[in-house]
Order: sequence, then C-alpha cells, then structure tokens
Amino acid sequence: MSGHDSKYFSTTKKGEIPELKEELNSQYKDKRKDAVKKVIAAMTVGKDVSSLFTDVVNCMQTENLELKKLVYLYLINYAKSQPDLAILAVNTFVKDSQDPNPLIRALAVRTMGCIRVDKITEYLCDPLQRCLKDDDPYVRKTAAICVAKLYDINAELVEDRGFLDSLKDLISDNNPMVVANAVAALAEIQENSSGPIFEITTPTLTKLLTALNECTEWGQVFILDALSRYKASDAREAENIVERVTPRLQHANCAVVLSAVKMILQQMELITSTDVVRNLCKKMAPPLVTLLSAEPEIQYVALRNINLIVQRRPTILAHEIKVFFCKYNDPIYVKMEKLEIMIKLASDRNIDQVLLEFKEYATEVDVDFVRKAVRAIGRCAIKLERAAERCISVLLELIKIKVNYVVQEAIIVIKDIFRRYPNTYESIIATLCESLDTLDEPEAKASMIWIIGEYAERIDNADELLESFLESFPEEPPQVQLQLLTATVKLFLKKPTEGPQQMIQVVLNNATVETDNPDLRDRAYIYWRLLSTDPEAAKDVVLAEKPVISDDSNQLDSTLLDELLANIATLSSVYHKPPDAFVTRAKTATQKTEDDDYPDGNETRYSETLSNAANGGASPPSSSSVPHAAARQPAPAPAAPAPAAVPDLLSDLIGLDNNQIVPADQPATSSGPPLPILLPAGSGQGLQISAQLVRQDGQIFYSLLFENNTQITLDGFMIQFNKNSFGLAAAGPLQVPPLAPGASARTLLPMVLFQNTSTGPPNTLLQVAVKNSQQPVWYFNDKILLHVFFTEDGRMERTSFLEVRSLFCITLVFYWCKRMILAMEME
Amino acid sequence: MAGAASALFLLDIKGRVLVWRDYRGDVSAAQAERFFTKLIEKEGDPQSQDPVVYDNGVTYMFIQHSNVYLMTATRQNCNAASLLFFLHRVVDVFKHYFEELEEESLRDNFVVVYELLDEIMDFGYPQYTEAKILSEFIKTDAYRMEVTQRPPMAVTNAVSWRSEGINYKKNEVFLDVVESVNILVNSNGQIIRSDVVGALKMRTYLSGMPECKLGLNDRVLLEAQGRATKGKAIDLEDIKFHQCVRLARFENDRTISFIPPDGSFDLMTYRLSTQVKPLIWVEAQVENHSRSRVEIMVKARSQFKERSTATNVEIMVPVPADASSPNVRTSMGSAAYAPENDALLWKIRSFPGGKEYMLRAEFTLPSITDEEATQERKAPIRVKFEIPYFTVSGIQVRYLKIIEKSGYQALPWVRYITMAGEYELRLI
Repeated sequence: MSGHDSKYFSTTKKGEIPELKEELNSQYKDKRKDAVKKVIAAMTVGKDVSSLFTDVVNCMQTENLELKKLVYLYLINYAKSQPDLAILAVNTFVKDSQDPNPLIRALAVRTMGCIRVDKITEYLCDPLQRCLKDDDPYVRKTAAICVAKLYDINAELVEDRGFLDSLKDLISDNNPMVVANAVAALAEIQENSSGPIFEITTPTLTKLLTALNECTEWGQVFILDALSRYKASDAREAENIVERVTPRLQHANCAVVLSAVKMILQQMELITSTDVVRNLCKKMAPPLVTLLSAEPEIQYVALRNINLIVQRRPTILAHEIKVFFCKYNDPIYVKMEKLEIMIKLASDRNIDQVLLEFKEYATEVDVDFVRKAVRAIGRCAIKLERAAERCISVLLELIKIKVNYVVQEAIIVIKDIFRRYPNTYESIIATLCESLDTLDEPEAKASMIWIIGEYAERIDNADELLESFLESFPEEPPQVQLQLLTATVKLFLKKPTEGPQQMIQVVLNNATVETDNPDLRDRAYIYWRLLSTDPEAAKDVVLAEKPVISDDSNQLDSTLLDELLANIATLSSVYHKPPDAFVTRAKTATQKTEDDDYPDGNETRYSETLSNAANGGASPPSSSSVPHAAARQPAPAPAAPAPAAVPDLLSDLIGLDNNQIVPADQPATSSGPPLPILLPAGSGQGLQISAQLVRQDGQIFYSLLFENNTQITLDGFMIQFNKNSFGLAAAGPLQVPPLAPGASARTLLPMVLFQNTSTGPPNTLLQVAVKNSQQPVWYFNDKILLHVFFTEDGRMERTSFLEVRSLFCITLVFYWCKRMILAMEME
Repeated sequence: MAGAASALFLLDIKGRVLVWRDYRGDVSAAQAERFFTKLIEKEGDPQSQDPVVYDNGVTYMFIQHSNVYLMTATRQNCNAASLLFFLHRVVDVFKHYFEELEEESLRDNFVVVYELLDEIMDFGYPQYTEAKILSEFIKTDAYRMEVTQRPPMAVTNAVSWRSEGINYKKNEVFLDVVESVNILVNSNGQIIRSDVVGALKMRTYLSGMPECKLGLNDRVLLEAQGRATKGKAIDLEDIKFHQCVRLARFENDRTISFIPPDGSFDLMTYRLSTQVKPLIWVEAQVENHSRSRVEIMVKARSQFKERSTATNVEIMVPVPADASSPNVRTSMGSAAYAPENDALLWKIRSFPGGKEYMLRAEFTLPSITDEEATQERKAPIRVKFEIPYFTVSGIQVRYLKIIEKSGYQALPWVRYITMAGEYELRLI
C-alpha cells in the first residue's frame, strides 16, 4: 500500500504561490484537491503558505473527507497567524459538527479545539455542548478531550458554560472509551486548577474500576493514573482496590503494568496485614522482571522505576538480582541503570556472584561503564562490611591490569573505603603508591593526595611523594590544589620537621598570594591563622576524627521517595525529581515564533540537566542552610534578621572581632497578611491548609488557616510536629471548630521550643501532620522562619536568645566544618 | 499525574523534521529540531543516549526505527512508559500501512500520515492504535473509495480490536507455541542466568465474533479443578496477555477466554525462570602461539533427547579484530570467517540430540601491535538454533474451543518450537 505523495513536494518553481492560488480556485474538484495537497506538502517542508488562507478555506465545504481533513490540518497550522480570516471557517465547522456522519462531527469538534484563536473558541461552545451529549460514543470521546483543550485556552469559559459538569457526567457514560477520555480530561483540568474539580469519591471509584476492564489499553492507563491519587479510607478498602487492580499486571502493555504497580504500591501503604503485603510483593515481582524483556527504551523507564521501588520495598526483587546482569547487547543507558540496581540488591548472600559480574564489566570497552563498574565495587564494599575485604581484593586485581582509567577510578573508591573502615585496610597503600605517576585525572589525583595526607605517618616517603606534586601546584585544578593544601598541613602537623615546614611555606604562599581562587585562598588563610596562633588547636581541628561515611546507594530521602513513588511511570520517576522541578507552567507564552532564537547558554544547561538526571539527581533545589531559608521567607519581612546576624557570628567565630550581635531592625510578621498555602486543596482532597510560624506577645504561634472545599463537614482536627532542629512542638491541642463544606477557620496554635529536638544536621525543615475524623492524615512541610525567635522589636529574649544563639553557633560551626570537610574530602 | 505529549515528530536520520503534528501548541518544530540535531551531532551514536532527555523545559522521548526517529515532546509530567510504548505502537501502525516505515514511505504517504496522527492521538493523549481497524476508515490512495467513511464500531467498542462482519469460507486458527531460551554462561562455565520466554502466537481466520477458550496444562488450573497432574502440569511464572483476554476472568478461575483480533497477534507471553540445562553447550579454547598465530578450538554438544533435532544452528565465535588468513576445519557443517563481525560463523543445518561436533580454526595475527592499543571488546560466543516439536517448559495446549453463534466448525492447528533467544557464553 504505497502512495506517491512525494510528487507533491516537487513544485519548487518560482511563482509557486500564485500558481497554487489559481489551482485552489479551479472549478475542477480533483485539481483543487491536488492543490491542497501541494499546499500541505509545502507546509510540511516548512514553507510559509499562510498567504493562501482564504483560498484553502474556500475548499473546506466539500463532501470529500480526505480533502476536508487536509483543510482542517491547514487551519490548525495557520489559524493563529490569520485570526481574522479564521472566522471564515466557523460556519463550516458549526455545520460539520451537525453532520449525519459521526466521523465528521468528531473531526469538526476535535479540530476546533486545536485552533487556539479566541474568536473561534466562542463559537466552539455550542457545538461542544451538543457533541458531549451525542448519540455516538466516538463523538463523545472526542468531545471529552475537547473540554480539556478549551480549558487550556479559556478556563473561565469552561466553568461558566458548565462543561465541567457535563464532563463529570461522562464518567458514568456507558462507553468505556468515553469514560477514559473524560478521566484524562478531568485529571488534566484538576492539575491546572486550584479548586477541587475532580474528586474521586467511592461511587466514582467503583465506576472507574469497572470501566478499567473494558476500555482500550491507553484508557486503562488514564484511569489507573487518575485513581492512584485516590486515598482509601482504611485497609479493607485498600485491599479491595488492589484486588481489582492486580489482574492488570498481566497486561501486555507495559504502561498498564507500571501504572497498576504504582496504584498497588500506593494502596499497600495502608494495608496492615503483613500476609497481604507479602503476597502483593510476590505478585509484583514477575511483571517487573518481565518489563526487562521489553524494548530498550521501555526497559530504561522500568529500571529507573525499579530503582525507586527497591528503595521502598527491597524484598520485592531481593531474589531476582540475576535478571539485572547486563547483556552483551544492552544499550549503554540500560547497562548503567542495571548496575545501579545491582548495587542496591547486593547482599552478603549474592555478593560473590555480583563481584564476578562487576569484574567482568570492568574489562569492557565503554569507559563510562567501566568506571561505574569499578565504583560499584567500592560502593558494595562500603555497604557490606563482611564483603569489604573481597571487594578490595577485586579492586587490587583490577589495579594490576594497569588500565589507566580503571586504576584512577579504583583509587577514588578506595579512598572512600578507607573512610568507611578506618585503620583496617591501610596495608594496601603501598600498592596504590605504585601507580602514583600514572594519575592524570583531578579526582583520582586528589583522592591519592588525600590518602597520602591522611596516612602520612605510615608512609615513609610521604613528604617526597607530596613534594613531587608541589612543583606543578599552580597548574593543578582547584580540586587538587585544595587537597594538596590540606595534605601538606596534615603532613606538617604529623611530622613537624624541616622538610614539611618548608613545604608548607611554599604551599601557603602559593595558595594565598599567587592564586585567584577565593576558596583556596580562604582555606589557606584559615590554616595559616590556625597554625600561627595555636598549633595544638590546629591539630585538634585538622586531625580530628572524621565521621564515618555510610553507603549512599539508598540516597533518596523518604519524603522525596514518597513523592516519586506516587509518580511511578511518569517523567518524574525517570528523572528522580519531583514534577515541579522540571514542569514549567509557561503555557501559551512559550509559543513564540517559528524561528525564535535561544540564548547560547542552551548547551551548557542541557548538559547540566542531563548529568543531574543521570546521577539520579537527588539534589534538592533548596539548600537547607539557615541564611538561605531566611532569605527565602515571604514578602512581609524582607530584611530578615538572620542574615544580618550571620556575618558577625562568623567573625566572632573566627575570633577577629567583638562578639556583638547586630539587632535586627525588622519586626516579625503579624498574623495580618495571607498565609502561604502548604497543603493545596488538590492534594488534600479538598482540604486546604495554609500556615506560618508567627510571633505574638513574646510567644511563638503556629498560625493556621483551614479551608474546607469538600462536600462534607470535617471535624476532629489534630496536629503533630515531627522532630526538628529547634525542637518546636505544639504547646496545646489544636482548636478548630467543625468545618462545614465551604467554611474556613483560622487559629493560633501556641508553640514551645526545645521539646522534640532532632539529632540530625541542623536545618529549618518543619514537618507537620494534620488529621481529622473524615480524611486520612495529611503531611506537609514548612520552613522555620528564624525571625520568630526574636522579639517583636527585633531583639531576642534573653533566655531563648542564649539557647537560640548557641543553636546558631552550632549551625554555623557545623556548616563551616561541614563545608571544609566536604571540600577537603570531596563528596 | 496528568500529562500529555505536546507534539509528535517523525525525523530523518540527521534529525530533521519529516512530518510532525502539533497537539498543544507549546513546543515548536524549530525548537525540537534544533535540540535533536544537536543531540545527534554531540553523541555521534544516539543509540547510547538516554531515550528520555530534558532540555530547556521540554522533555523529549524518542525511539529509532530504520532511518526514522519517532519523538514526542512534552512540557508536563506525563506518563513516560505510556508514551514510549505508544511510539513503538505507532511504528506498528505505520508498518501495517506502508509495509516498511522509513523516510521514503513517510514522504510518499504524507497525507495518510497526517490522517493517522490525527486519529491515534488527541491533544497529546494516545487514543487508538489498532492498525487493522484504523485501516477500515483511513485508507491509502490506492484503496480509497468514494463512499463516505464512518468510524467502525470497534473504535469505541469494548471489543476495540475486532470489527464485526468478518467472513471466511474456511475457518482456521494457527497457534504457534514459541519458546526462546535466554542463557548467560560466565567464563568459568557457570550458568549465571537462564530463563525461558514463551509466546503463543496466533493467526486467526475466523468469521463473525468467535468466543475462544484456551486450555493449557497450567498447574494452578489443574490443581484447582482437582485433576491428577501426572507431572505434566507446568508453572507459568509471569503471564502477559493480549488486551483481548479477559484479565479479571483469568484472575478468578484461570480461564483464558477471549474474542481474538483478525489475523496474527501474540495471544500471550510467559516466562519461566527455572534453571534449564543449556540445550547446546559450547566450549572454546583459544591458544596464542607466539604473537602471530592464534588457534581456536570449539566443541559444541547438544544436550537434549536424541529424538529431537536442532536445525539452523549458528555458532558465532569472536576472533581478534586484526586476525587474517583463516584456516578452518569442522567435523560437521560449514564455517566461514565473518570479518564484519570479527567472528567465525559456524553453521550446522541439522544437529541431533546427544551429539558432539568440533571445529578447529587458525588465524594469523599481525606481528606488530600498538603498545597503546585499547582493549578489545570481549564479545561472548553467541548461539542460534531452532528445535521444532519441542518445548523446554513442557507447555501443552489441551484444547482451543471456538464458539460462534453461526455454529461453524473451526480447525485449530498447533505447532511447538524452541529457539535460542539471547544465548551467550562468555569466553575465558
């Protein structure tokens, strides 16, 4: 069935447009049709044929379906550039939407929705209204999607004309395809709207689960994705839902399988019976494994998702590690992901086999893959204490092959192993030193230098080794310079003899006077001052015992993981980033012109994001550091006291200046301005919570606003705070009256400090849980604004001042040290 | 959660847009083309590039088929699995229409391509991808009729894969049970992974709307029915069904019941991860004599029952890339040097069970080697074969019942075959 349409591309003579114009107005049907094809061909190769608008639209009134479709296609492309002329098409559209042939009715309403011209949209409403109630399901399913199109162009119009209700009615439609499209449309509208539009109630749930059995594979995906937002009220309901969804695991379409897995995992959180959970895990394993025989692109998505799933439920695939062994012909992106999962599934039981595999991979040709394999061995050593020795012996075998990048990578991971198991494996240092002069990559060099500095007392010729690097100090990359600086200081403190003393002079001179790198200079000055004022203190700081590092293969934090698991199968789960990190709500603004120019920075941005995504990109965008968080607080208190206080504390710490705290000159926020929304109605099934820490009359309060957008009265509100750095906790019970539908209530909850202090690194995260008698527990995060610890006139109370100040100091010391250690030891 | 594609692009091998369909008006063709050509240029080999790439607010997902790339662009958090799978389905649809999907066929049929793009996706949501039914109302020029087309009932029916009113003079069903053996043996001769992926491939030529019921020797079912299993029942580990099979019913009572699509399709696939003895075992010994000569000895042994015979056996033994002047002797079949694959290809047309064959090959190597030479990729030995009338799993079709209201008799033909899938043995 091959066509010969290519001939339409071949009219590239001069005067093409007038010629086409003439043909379009020909009295012969066939000639007109050929002319329209030529126009579309020209459009396809990117020529501007918008000047033929009127002539093409004139061909619209035709019985010939093919010609009609072509004209419609033309309209979709050029209506925007000719909005005034587009109105010419409206009559035909309206007429077509009443055509006896359902194909034409659907075509008309589908195309009208694609024409993003305001004037047209107004005329779309009546046909759309009719089509939503059409007798033919083909038309109704098209109309359902069209509501979402209209909402995208003009949300108000959709709400005013009651299309949302018509759309909701379609959920009860007797045709499964119509139901599925209505669900897709509603889910999209809900996503872009602040109010609760698409609530999944129990009757809706039942209807959708029934439709699930009958609609097309794509429709099943829409329904499963929408339903995964549903929170079952109790374990029983969750079990029932899961029971209805599990048959989907047998579907041949991988998207259906993954969406079913997502839904089951969501409901599993509520199921208490361990038997049921174990059984479900058993049921999910085989379909997940089978995804790995799909096309490589799908395998990639599946692997990124399995990576998340095994972090939450390691038992599911605990016995399936073999299926993640790389095949010879796997594309490299599949191999990389498999490796990542192998590390996660590695255990004392299977480590021997896994190590054999890694060793095999380390002799492959793809350099990135080899490096990752070597690194994987190191990560297993860090993760599995009992296997560490075996891992190291494999690494040493690899070093002996003397392939340059393998050696370098091995040294990098061995440094981490030393940090994980101090004073255990240092006997291999001698072997490492043999490859010293082959190192040419900054990270490997820096790692080796770190090892020399750290174990200077056990390496006889440590000073010679370091000295060999010093000659090229100015040319080294910053990473290596920093390590050299630190290592020399360590060497000097451990062996304060003449040689090292000379070396340190050279290094400090190089790193202060001769450099433009502020990081290096700052660190050098700190060392210098430390060494010159109090060498003993310097010893305490520099040679202090380092915190033992741990395995980072489960690197995602639990809240992020929750969010990602709720997004299984979507891009979010592929990037390992929450959706708002990459979804831009820049809707119509982005459609500039066809030849818009992009800044040249494009390429670097691209590679950055790429590497982020590839790294598993767990890096949360907002740092948890104190000054940052304070600077990010909402508008009412722009010059927050915290940043003002920081520099002085810092200088105080370094001992340069007096220890006066600069009082902040801004009063704290009162309860007047609107509170930030922390739980949007969309995620709270209609309950919206806004909250902020405030200070009133010398006391800290949590100011909360509850808005009930659900259909039922909510009561029995309770609140709880997770452990946090400031030990903030509720001083009394939450007092919220029962909320009728549509009602809202504002309350001030008195707070106390230092009640449930967390032990982790200080940060300003405040995790809050709120529940009521009607809904499940809602969790949301808030930022602790530091100004609440100051009195209204900007001064801190004496009592809390002391405590908070010490906390400040701890925080700062912590960050200072952490930054230093991180910089020294590298991440 | 919700999310849909902004546009679908069909690009040529250099990343230039051949045909595209804009669904949402928020990603332009120029933008996508600029991104993708840059990507291809930079990577050289787009095969190694992640199939999901983020650039400047837009996520691109792509697959390649012959000299065409199919790519979606989106600004939302859409379902990646669904869209990538959809792209593969689009390939199937185009292949059904144009026999082969390639640049030329797209150009030659751009009108139909546009029509299809309009029907298979709406506002970025996948809608309908049953090629057979689509071709009932979207036709290429040669078959286009002047009668007005209507959407076939099937498009919105619960049975969306089959049209009504199909008629055959002779009603027949062909059922092929095909099992592929995947195996990975490491250089110590240990089997590190082995599984069997089976598929029930059907070709149906049936009139009307036939109700089919398939009975297998499925242990779970037989035990539930309280029948004596006599050791013949098998455990199917992970079964995947074509969308025509009623999944809820299968979950309830393990009955495989369905109304099949017309023509050929995969009714179900399954997987068994029980360890199988490698059907054909290959051992290779590589000896480097001095620096200029390498000798390879290969032993191949069939480890299945004597009454079965493997056919079209191909054993691919990797040899160094710079080897030359081959000298090969075999005890059975023929062997040829395939320099384009850096391998020796040993073909044995018929390989009965319980036999062992040998191959001995000698190559000369250049006596001068580059000291800095990068390592060669260590390819495994790969084996291909087919064994007819035999399944590893022992799966059996007990019955295939076909009931249609007109009451015709249909003939089911069942055939079994086992083949090598990814059958790799790593060299020492």
